[in-house]
Amino acid sequence: MSTKTFSVTIRVWRQSAAGRPGRFVDYPVAGVSPDMSFLEMLDVVNDGLTLKGEEPIAFAHDCREGICGTCSLTIDGKPHGPHEGVATCQTYMRSYKEGDLIVVEPFRARAFPVQKDLVTDRSAFDKIQQAGGFITARTGSAPDANSVPIAKGVADLAMDAAQCIGCGACVAACKNSSAMLFVAAKVSHLGLLPQGQPERDRRVLSMVRTMDSLGFGGCTNQYECSAACPKLISHDFIARLNRDYAKAVFRTAFEPVAAGGGGEG
Amino acid sequence: MDLVPNLFGSTIGRKLIMAVTGLLLILFVIGHLVGNLQVFEDPDKINGYAHFLQSLGPTLWAVRIALLVVVGLHIWAATVLALESRHARGDEPYAVRRWLRATFASRYMRWTGYVVLAFIVYHLAQFTLGYAQPDSFKTNLAHYTMRSDYHVLGITVVRAGTEVLDVRTMVIRGFSNPLVSVFYIIAVGLLSLHLLHGAESLFQTLGLKDDRWAAGLRLVVTLGCAAYFLGNLSIPGSVLAGILR
Repeated sequence: MSTKTFSVTIRVWRQSAAGRPGRFVDYPVAGVSPDMSFLEMLDVVNDGLTLKGEEPIAFAHDCREGICGTCSLTIDGKPHGPHEGVATCQTYMRSYKEGDLIVVEPFRARAFPVQKDLVTDRSAFDKIQQAGGFITARTGSAPDANSVPIAKGVADLAMDAAQCIGCGACVAACKNSSAMLFVAAKVSHLGLLPQGQPERDRRVLSMVRTMDSLGFGGCTNQYECSAACPKLISHDFIARLNRDYAKAVFRTAFEPVAAGGGGEG
Repeated sequence: MDLVPNLFGSTIGRKLIMAVTGLLLILFVIGHLVGNLQVFEDPDKINGYAHFLQSLGPTLWAVRIALLVVVGLHIWAATVLALESRHARGDEPYAVRRWLRATFASRYMRWTGYVVLAFIVYHLAQFTLGYAQPDSFKTNLAHYTMRSDYHVLGITVVRAGTEVLDVRTMVIRGFSNPLVSVFYIIAVGLLSLHLLHGAESLFQTLGLKDDRWAAGLRLVVTLGCAAYFLGNLSIPGSVLAGILR
């Protein structure tokens, strides 16, 4: 089988280290196969740069099958490239044609500082997760299957939210660099399930407080996040997060506190 | 008691303040428009209505102060959120910036907001304080004598024969100036655009929206904003067209 190859030019953000000035550099790429993934095309470019003794383009990647959330890249102004519901690693060069100029930028947000070239530090998401993205479960032997009944619709909705791979495309797409879709997905996936109830109020208050303290912006309900999400997580979860937050604020404010103990939140 | 810090000190809390104050202001502007549409009826209606509102005394002031607080909170929350969002974006902008699905109205909320604020200031200066067009201000016009009773909810609030301020003439003379009328029409147009995003957005912020009725909500909000604009257009429009005199 022979496939016709073609040439494109990529305009890539090069930055030697965090806090250093960066600039765009154009690289002509010849011999692009339509079957290459976008990251494989970058691998080929890097091979060439390495052979020439130049510094290869740093970009984050891991599983290359759209489930780990490591790959990022804002391609022609859209996080994860041109397609809907597809991560950068699952974007193929067949989406481009001879002579295309492809602009490749890192995810931009103050909370996601550029480490090098196209690699950003997204550990702010880990900090939000650590603030409440967990449940308290009994350890030991595995519980009996289906010992906690969960309605099918609820389980499905929780799994929709749980699809979040924490890539940060929502932040990158938002003009406010808001992390609301990420936080909404985490809060909803645990808050919908019975196992997530004990910490429900404390979780949402704590995760939102951490989100704010890390310098993410607010939500202006433009839904760019869900349009850029490689897992197409719905912005309806943001409405749920808002509702959960409002409930938690009022519930904790008027809840009696046990003597010698702290209240929720 | 974390209620105050959780509401005023967090992004979502401030958004909730935006939504609740926005809802109150929407209810106010709808009521305001419906009241003012009485200008198309007998002069007794709009003049009696204005006299009734003026006669409320302390209640009127309570409502005025409450409205100012609500507007102040709305602007405060918007300003803080906008500054935070600008900071969150970081220093290096995208070289390629494109919108994926944000609605037209949602992209210009800040700008439509500025114009609406300028409009409110002018509107108060013109019809409430009398600074903008002193010649045609209600207190400088001859009094109007009510020819019939004015009722609110079936209760007579202004009796026939009462001398009241001639608000109707003030409105018509004010809008006879094409510059003023055109500014009004542009401002209410931008206010309608502001509400097109705001009225839909508040349901999302209050957590009352989901996919099942998002399309219905958008339709209702769009029709509501169009009706609101046409209602507001009708008063200066009719004066300019010579229908209302």
